[in-house]
Amino acid sequence: MPTLTYLQAISSALRDELRADDRVLLMGEDIGVFGGAFKVTDGFVDEFGTDRVMDTPLAESGIIGTAIGAAVVGMRPVCEMQFSDFISCGFDQLVNVAGKMHYRQGLAVPLVVRLPSGGGFSGGPFHSQNPEAWFMHSPGIKVVAPSTAEDAKGLLHAAIHDPNPVCYMEHKHLYRRVKGEVPSGVFETPFTARVAQPGSDLVVIAYGAMVPVALEAVSDGLDGASVEVLDLRSLVPLDEEAILDSVERCSKVVIVDEANATCAAGAQVAALIAEKGFESLDGPVVRVATPDVPIPFSPPLEQAVLPGVDRVREACRELLAY
Amino acid sequence: MATHMAEPAAGGADTAIEHLTIEDRIWLLRAMLLMRGLEERAMSLYRQGRVPGSFYDGYGQEAVSAGAAFAMGPKDRLCILHRDLAAHLIRGVTPARILSQYMGRAGGITRGRDGNVHFGDRKLGCVGMVSMLPDMMLVATGMAMAFKLRGEKRCAMTWFGDGSTSRGDFHEAMNWAGVQKLPVVFVLENNQYAYSTPLDKQFAVDPVERAAAYGFVGVTVDGNDVEAMFEAGRAARERALAGDGPTLIEAVTMRMHGHAAHDDMKYVPKEQVEEWRKRDPIERQEARLRSAGVDIDALRASIKAEIDAAAEEALAGPMPDPATAVDGVFCEGEAEPLGDGHAPWSGFASNGGDV
Repeated sequence: MPTLTYLQAISSALRDELRADDRVLLMGEDIGVFGGAFKVTDGFVDEFGTDRVMDTPLAESGIIGTAIGAAVVGMRPVCEMQFSDFISCGFDQLVNVAGKMHYRQGLAVPLVVRLPSGGGFSGGPFHSQNPEAWFMHSPGIKVVAPSTAEDAKGLLHAAIHDPNPVCYMEHKHLYRRVKGEVPSGVFETPFTARVAQPGSDLVVIAYGAMVPVALEAVSDGLDGASVEVLDLRSLVPLDEEAILDSVERCSKVVIVDEANATCAAGAQVAALIAEKGFESLDGPVVRVATPDVPIPFSPPLEQAVLPGVDRVREACRELLAY
Repeated sequence: MATHMAEPAAGGADTAIEHLTIEDRIWLLRAMLLMRGLEERAMSLYRQGRVPGSFYDGYGQEAVSAGAAFAMGPKDRLCILHRDLAAHLIRGVTPARILSQYMGRAGGITRGRDGNVHFGDRKLGCVGMVSMLPDMMLVATGMAMAFKLRGEKRCAMTWFGDGSTSRGDFHEAMNWAGVQKLPVVFVLENNQYAYSTPLDKQFAVDPVERAAAYGFVGVTVDGNDVEAMFEAGRAARERALAGDGPTLIEAVTMRMHGHAAHDDMKYVPKEQVEEWRKRDPIERQEARLRSAGVDIDALRASIKAEIDAAAEEALAGPMPDPATAVDGVFCEGEAEPLGDGHAPWSGFASNGGDV
């Protein structure tokens, strides 16, 4: 199996889909000749041409809206938001047109929106957001967030094959930092959670960039406690069974979001545990998340708000002692 | 400002007659009469409390959707707005399903999931509108983009109002379609008011002039002349299929009723309504056909009978089962693209629908 970075795994999935299916079409700003702001589609125009790796006008509502039109007449558009923050400009099309279409009309909208998200690199308030919860709260849209190279590829294949609109949250901080063995060719990763590390004393529930943070946080300094890390991978659908199973086995839960805390994915997980896992708990559900603040630019300010290894480890330590 | 009675565009109604048989011209009248009759019946059902929510109609604007949609082929795709019921009728949606839709019944096009004219029959090549009005301009643009990428001789058509020209999606769609030279027809239904807001508070320049700024053709048409609307649609489709890009058709008309059933339209001068009443699109087409020897009374009687039967069928249909309220949010099977619609214009008959 080849070893790929998270970014290479995304590129690999897109390339395989373009080769396998004439209906697949990539749309985005600067993704063609330039190869994308992060070079995910570097060199693609040479193999697939400028029609299938389309440089669009600078218009996010236009990208989502026209992709919906293309999808309902048989295409499989994969849209790139240059930064996930910019989906705010395409929000209406995604939420009101795409998300509600099948319920209202019985018309499927097979559409993937790639959302390079997350902070940690002084991107500031408009290049660092984690907007996944906006779409969790909007019926009709699936939301996935890989943390490994293998899942980056497998979840993207599955998203492109899915007949519904899928927000694919790809974390910018993982692009070149995460590497792993990735099967060649087309394969699908299911929209379910994955036990990233088994344990029995406490479970850290995370997704995206917070999975490697959680794994590092629990790797030492917890006095040999057996700590599980559950990687959600999919936020819609949310793998309730896997979450409740971990809670039942571990009894103590720390939930980590890089997103702003209020109504974040982790808040939904906490609510689920309160409703359906209460009897299994042996301590309060603990959350670690970014406070409700725009992501600041200057490194000390940004590091002060984003959850890091130390905050997660400290939360685990306190809860283990409860 | 296009508040005046627009001059018919070059190639207006006179040219249309070259392309329309007498059966076509009757079809156009039929579609308008059916639209008006169904909306009047729906309004009375609304007053009886059988139509929940509010009620929106296109009284006086019937020619805009009837004429333009009549020029569309079976493989063309449409995004139809809420004052354009005639377009649905031309594509083949039956009156009983439309009345069921208004009443939120299980037999409506959206099976009670959405109300009034918020529907599109996917099997007949239509995508239902949303309330954010110019949104469908982008969806139509995207359909046209797919047609062009695949080298297919098809086009997309969408309708929107004067108010829609103020939103960003209007600009994004017009620009995108112009940049990529797409086979899309934009029908701007200028009915003088966006809810209560008149044109002079909506734009500083007649929006048909913007077409040139986006690099394509814009025409102003008498929106109350169904044959002129057909001709404008036909010519726009011809341009689209020839690879000559989009067309903006500004159909000048008048919203003769309030924005919705609750709106008494106090903000509209009475003289304006009276002036437009003289230009009723149905009376105009009837006068043309009467002088051509068509029995209008018989046509009206057959349409009334059709609506009576549709109302009876719709009223007998069940309401949706509350147990199904959360079903169908996601597609569980294969994504099935839009199907083909009816295309009754005689011009398609001799060419297997691929004019």
